Amino acid sequence: MQAKAPPPIAMLAELTHRCPLSCPYCSNPVEMAKLDSELDTETWTRVFQEAAALGVLQLHLSGGEPASRRDLVALVKSAREAGLYTNLITSAIGLSERRLNDLDEAGLDHIQLSLQGTDAVMADKVGGYRGGFDRKMKTVEWIKQIGFPLTLNFVLHRHNAHQLPRALELAQEMGARRIEVATVQFHGWALKNRDALMPTREQAQQVTQLVTEARKILKGQLVIDYVPADYHDDYPKRCMGGWGTTGLNVTPDGQVLPCHAAQSIPHLTFDRVQDKPLADIWYNSSAFNAYRGTGWMSDPCKSCERKTIDFGGCRCQAMAIVGDASATDPVCIKSPLHRALQDQANEHAANSDAPFFYRISPGKATEPAE
Amino acid sequence: MLAQEIPSLPRGVRIYFDSVRDKWVLLAPERAVTLDQVGHAILNEVDGHRCFGHITAILSEKYNAPKEQIAEDSSGFLDALRARRFLDVI
Repeated sequence: MQAKAPPPIAMLAELTHRCPLSCPYCSNPVEMAKLDSELDTETWTRVFQEAAALGVLQLHLSGGEPASRRDLVALVKSAREAGLYTNLITSAIGLSERRLNDLDEAGLDHIQLSLQGTDAVMADKVGGYRGGFDRKMKTVEWIKQIGFPLTLNFVLHRHNAHQLPRALELAQEMGARRIEVATVQFHGWALKNRDALMPTREQAQQVTQLVTEARKILKGQLVIDYVPADYHDDYPKRCMGGWGTTGLNVTPDGQVLPCHAAQSIPHLTFDRVQDKPLADIWYNSSAFNAYRGTGWMSDPCKSCERKTIDFGGCRCQAMAIVGDASATDPVCIKSPLHRALQDQANEHAANSDAPFFYRISPGKATEPAE
Repeated sequence: MLAQEIPSLPRGVRIYFDSVRDKWVLLAPERAVTLDQVGHAILNEVDGHRCFGHITAILSEKYNAPKEQIAEDSSGFLDALRARRFLDVI
């Protein structure tokens, strides 16, 4: 028997899969939840209370675009009343000055703002939404006036990697305390867009070097969190801080996932907040227990000295590339597929003309399935 | 941290008692830092008005420990919070 799992620290609440943008790397699943199936205000309120009682401290309100929910202010209020630190992850589209003031009054703690590019041409092309960049910049002025703590999230790929220096400047101009430089991770829509988005090995190295230098220069002014390009790496990421140890994710229709891509593992089934208490799902559900600890591993992970450092990497990536969710993440140098993945990454990166496959917004349940 | 510097917790950073884990934590943007007894005692004296010298004097009296020792112990802790933008200093 394994020791009992610790309580989770963070919960990602995907309030909706609707979004005005259609970024080709969207982390939502390719099969999205329909509008009609979204949890209502009362259910989310109960889920927030259950999360706080379970030990969650940090709540990330995400989507899709969470501002697409008409009850966003009410949801923030109920999350704060439950005792959660409340973070809004947004593109800024759908946030008026008045709405931001209401969110301030409701007790919103922090805003994480996504950045698709550092100018309108790049940002609007990546987001597939004309005028989006200008609206974002206008919203930033209101965010500054109110004084919300701000993190900028720059999602980096082959098309915009050269804009990193300007993104660091923008973060400072916006008064952000932190910037997340997040190279696209290839799940969901991004997996379909590897030809268009994969950075070259040289780009990945340059970005790492730039981040290292900027961290020294900007110490104490701007905190830089960095997610490197993992197809080009030699060791995998400690995904989600370890499966079922740190965080959980609730989808718009109430399914509780160990990570946002977990639905790509076909043999897992997920309990819903409508059917079971969150604590029961966290501690007892088959999906959360599937890859907890190290008991599920086989070699090379099983005998590896890094097995409690990275827990064999990402289960969803093992599923997507190796076809076996309990295999070693193929990013790892010890995986038999490591070399093939690196070659594949270089091939993806060489497709300079590859078009974007933009994400498609979810429809209503009454519409015929595609 | 210098004796005349005044530390304060910026907006979005707050001390919180985590009743599930029975521990004090510092909640900050997308982060939660577990506070030990010393860390909690120091941050309890940070009010945005007192300078670092004043804070160490208070703690020295409260815990009956040499002021220099307190300053040495708490300076590193506060500097680390400052580097992560969890603490403003004027």
